[in-house]
Formats: sequence, structure tokens, C-alpha cells
Amino acid sequence: MTVLQERHEITAEHAEHAEHEGPHYVLRWLTSTDHKVIGLNYMFTSLIIFYIAGALALAIRLQLANPSSSFVSFQTFNELFTMHGSLMLYLFAGPFAFGGLANYIVPLQVGAPDMAFPRLNAFSYWLYLSGSITMMLGTITASGPAAFGWVSYAPLSNSVNSPGAGPDLWIMGIGLTGFSAIFTAVNLVTTIFYLRAPGMTMFRLPIFTWNMLVTAILILIAFPILTAAMVLLWADRHFGTWFYEVGRQAVAGHPAVEGGVPVLYQHLFWFFGHPEVYILALPYFGIATEIIPVFSRKPLFGYKGMVFATMAIAALSTGVWAHHMFTTGVVLLPFFSLLSLLIAVPTGIKFFNWIGTMWRGQIKFDTPMLFCIGFLLAFLMGGLTGVMLASPPIDFATHDTYFVVAHFHQVLFGTAVFAGFAGIYFWWPKMFGRRLDERLGKLHFWLMFVGFWVTFMPQYVLGLWGMPRRIASYPAHVGWTTLNVVSTIGAFVIGLSFVVLIVNVLVTATRTADAGDNPWDGFSLEWFASSPPAHHNFERLPPIRSERPVWDFHHPDARTVAHGNGRAPTAPRPVGAH
Amino acid sequence: MRIEAIFLVGVAVFFAIVGALYWIWTAYAGGAELSGVLMLVGSFLLGLVPGSYYLWWSHRMRPRPEDRSDATIEEGSGVIGAFPSSSVWPFVMGMGLFLIALAAVFGYWLAAPGVALIVSAATGYTVESRRGGTV
Repeated sequence: MTVLQERHEITAEHAEHAEHEGPHYVLRWLTSTDHKVIGLNYMFTSLIIFYIAGALALAIRLQLANPSSSFVSFQTFNELFTMHGSLMLYLFAGPFAFGGLANYIVPLQVGAPDMAFPRLNAFSYWLYLSGSITMMLGTITASGPAAFGWVSYAPLSNSVNSPGAGPDLWIMGIGLTGFSAIFTAVNLVTTIFYLRAPGMTMFRLPIFTWNMLVTAILILIAFPILTAAMVLLWADRHFGTWFYEVGRQAVAGHPAVEGGVPVLYQHLFWFFGHPEVYILALPYFGIATEIIPVFSRKPLFGYKGMVFATMAIAALSTGVWAHHMFTTGVVLLPFFSLLSLLIAVPTGIKFFNWIGTMWRGQIKFDTPMLFCIGFLLAFLMGGLTGVMLASPPIDFATHDTYFVVAHFHQVLFGTAVFAGFAGIYFWWPKMFGRRLDERLGKLHFWLMFVGFWVTFMPQYVLGLWGMPRRIASYPAHVGWTTLNVVSTIGAFVIGLSFVVLIVNVLVTATRTADAGDNPWDGFSLEWFASSPPAHHNFERLPPIRSERPVWDFHHPDARTVAHGNGRAPTAPRPVGAH
Repeated sequence: MRIEAIFLVGVAVFFAIVGALYWIWTAYAGGAELSGVLMLVGSFLLGLVPGSYYLWWSHRMRPRPEDRSDATIEEGSGVIGAFPSSSVWPFVMGMGLFLIALAAVFGYWLAAPGVALIVSAATGYTVESRRGGTV
């Protein structure tokens, strides 16, 4: 009986092409179409952007640590929070998971040799990089970068209120990175639909891959609308159109103009913007769902429930855009409130399943698992305050205050940072053949965990006391100083934790690559490839009979439950070398 | 292919329901909010067009090895597709678009080298595709 069934064609082809793996160093970076190289490019670029955006956040916190502070000018403060938000949301959180990790991991998890369109994949990366540079180029123009917030509301973003090259570069940057995301989405959907290994049915896909598929569909829904909104904004700024402008009476020499409506911009933006929140969150849910079962030594509790919960969250997220616009007074409050509250149900299912997976498992508290638990706590807090904000009366009271700031930072920091770095610690051995140092990793986690709560919990209180978001200064007598100082201290503790990460990466780089192919005793196919995986990934594949093929292969005696096809597992088979 | 088809058709069904609900509800509450309705209709089509194509095919083809839970790895042997191992043209085309984006901000003269890069990259892509790189 053949246990290791080889893909003969690949092996033969691979040997033939062994010396044609492409150029090295800079040329490799410029010309590679290997999904692993492109994935690492994405991750490296987006982490640099993460550090830049984090430094901007520290500058914001320094300004707010004192009442009537003059650390930066008001205009600079506007530029700081605009670029902090734009870099974090458009250029880090999405591309890191979606361009980076998904690019690297999804073809491995489905058993594919590469992404479906390797050159389109490389093209996406170059669009992402040039879009990022375009957006940041504003900082070296005479009039400075964009300063209208990451949402760029009209009419604040029109040519009268935001003149200069910075806002134009911002819009162009959004356009380029938007197309990059769309192309990657097409690539991922095609890869998942057409390049799965035999036996890898849809309901045996790892949850990370499922979440990436759902995220890709969300991107295809949301990003074209953002691009359209930007085209209209550009036309308003440069071609004299009136899409987002109210009309004007006839004045000397100028005829009357009927004009458009500024709220149209908000509709277009948030129809992108709210799915975007889940484009940022779902991949990270996927990471957590990969890690928690591996470190609980149990199969995932409720596989199908997890898949359908992901779909439900994604679907509902496209019907809630105007809950960001409750206070405009022109949206249908009950509709948007109802759908927003409904999202709590599938999210609750996810939480239930994560806890059910850990329940009575043999939990190993390695660094990736610690980050996942940090993610659960952070996202729970952010999610619960989100449920509160979905209720219009509470939203009216707290809209545009620090309560909202604390809410979305807890959600996004919880997902993109806690779960994102869980993913880094988890897949680092696969990418580089070495495990990151455990002690430094735990130090990173605890510093970040403490810093996180110290930073954002005071902001809830500040918000309830009425501190508006996006203010650069406040008077001393309102009594916000102490909590702002606490929040700033927390932010610097978070900053320190990321210095620890850099130390960890440098320390680990000096060690020998001895992690092996499967250091965590993982479940899914990426742990069957070598570390780092060879060109075109697999020379052989294990039989795929459940959603945990590698676990089944390494533990033939374990009673495994084949989720997904609803059938009993195949009988354990004798295995040769292992 | 069946699950994939249902998945995409499901997108269409969801947006049909939500779009209709939103349209009727806003119209009842004092004037249909057409920008939202239009975006929901667009999303409905985004699911419907590929979904109906997949559904049509899924009734006319045998399940692929990746659709069958009992398929063996050998069934997937053979040519999988064309995977070029390296290509400079994505970079060239990306830089061409970069220049065109900058041209819109800094001056239209920058678009000339951008267009030149894109044309050469498109040519390069086509020529390169004939060389293959099949796995």
C-alpha cells in the first residue's frame, strides 16, 4: 500500500529545473514570481510600514500627554493621525495578512505549487509597494501629506479645504493599493477553486484558507467601490464636478449649480469601509483558528460552524455600512442597527468554538498560543463595545469621542496585531527554518499585553467623559490629563515590546536552522513541506482524508474524526519511516 | 465544483434579499436611498455572474479529484498549469503604473515614460508566455 503518494510529474520537473530557480539577491526580489518570495516581500514591506505608523502613534500620544501641548502644530497633528490611520489600515493590516501571509500560506495549505497567476501576483506586490510610496510621498511635498483623516470625508477633502499635492498623492496611493488588493483577491479565489490537491474538498480546507476565500470575496465587493469613490473625489478636486458638493446660487459670472450631496461620499466610503473592517479581521480570525487547535492538541471544535460563521459575518458586514453614519440623520436607523447587532451572533459562535476547542485540551502555552489568548481577550472587549455602539442612542452619545477610538483600536489591535504576531511566531519556522526565541517572544507578549490594556482602557473613560477624537489639544481644567498620561505610558510600553521583537529576530537569525518541517506538530499541509518549502512547494503529499492530513499522517494510531464529509475516518494504516 | 457554485450563488441570494429589504424599507421610510440600493445590486451581480457560470458547469462535468473526498494524490498527477519561475515584467508594468499615478499629481509629462514601460511590459509578457514554464 502506498502511503506516500508522489506526484511524479512534479518531482521529475523539479529535478530538471533545480538549477533554474531564478536569480538571487536584488534580482530575485525584483523578478521572482514565487508566491513565497512575494509573500515575504509583502510581509517585510508591511511590517516596515507598521513600525512607521506605530512611531506616528507615539508622536500622537506625546502630543496628548499634556494639556495645551505644543509638541507638534495642529496641522502636523492632523497629518499624524491621518497617516497613522491610513498606513495602519490600508498599508499594514490588510496587505500583511492578505498579501503576505495568505500569499505564503494558502498555496501550501491547499497543496498547490504556486498561486494560480504568479505574474499577476508579482504585479500586485509592485502596485502595493508603489501605492505605499505614493501615499507617503506627501510627507516630502511642500504642503505636507494628507490631513483629512483616514476616511477623507468630503467636503473636507475637496480642493478648497485640502489643497496641494499631499491629498492627491493619498488618493493615487489608495487607487494603486486598491487594485493590488483586487488582483490578489482574484488570484486567491482562483487558487482555492482550481489548484487544490486531490481529496482536498472545500470542507476539508483549513479555516485560514476558508477565511481568506471569504475575505477575497469581500475585497471584490468593497474595493471597486472605494476606487469609484476616489475617482469621483478626484473629479471633484480637479475637473470641476460637483458629486460631493452642495450646489450654489448664481454669482457674478458663474451660473447656478444644482450640485450633489456630501453624504454620498460617506455612503460610498462606508460601503467599502465596513467590509474593510472585516477584510482586516477575518484573516486574523483564520490565523487564530489555525493556532488554537494545534496548541490545544485537539481538532477544531465545530469546523462547519466556523466556516458558516465566517460567511455570516462577511455577509452581514456588507449590510451595515451606515452605522458609521448614524449621526448624519439621513440613514435608516433600525435597518443598520439590526444588522449590526446580528453580527454579534456569528462572532459569538466563533468565540464559543474557540473556547470549545481549548476546553479539556492539553494546552501548550507557547508564544503563538499566548498571542492568540491575548487576541481573544482584546477582541472580546472591542467586540462587546461594538455591540454597544450598534445601538443608535449610545452611538449618538459617544460618536466621535475617544470611546469609539478605544473600541476600534481594541478590535483592530486585537486582530491585526495580537493574532497577526501569533501568526508570525507560528509560521516563522516554516518560512526560515528556525523558531523565534521563546523567552523573548513571551517578553514581547507580556509587554504588549500590559501596554495594550493600559493604553486603551483609559480611552473608554475619556470618551465617556466627552473627549472628542482628533483633537490636538485640550485645556487643563477639564481633568483629562491623568488618563491621557496613563494612555501615553501604555503606548510606549507597546512600542518597547516591538523593540523586543526586533531583538528576537536578530538573535534568532544567528542560530542554526533546526526547527524541522513540523515543529509544532501541525495539522495542515504546509507542515508537510520542507522548511522553508522548496521551489514549487511539494515533492510529495500525504493522502488527504480529513481537514488534518498532516496530523493523520504523523499519528496513524490516533482516533481522528474526519470533519467535513461526515464519514468515519479511514482505518489507521502502517506508516514506514515515521 | 458544486460547493464553489453554491458559495457564489449564495452571495447573489444574500444580496438579492438584503437589497430588496433595504430598497423597500427605505422607500417606506420616506424615499428610497438609491446609492445603497445600487451598490447592493452591483454586489448581487458580482455573485450572480460567476455563480451561475459555475452552477451551469457543475451540472455538466464530473467531479474533479479535488471535489471527491476519496481521491488519491496520483489522480492529480500530470500538468497542473503554467508557473513561470521568474519574470521582470510585473515589476516593469508596476513601475509604469506608478509613473502614471505620479503623472496625475506632478505633471503629465511623467506619463510618457510610464506608458512606454507598460507597452514594453505587455510585449514582454506575451513573448514570455510562449516560452512556457509548465509544472
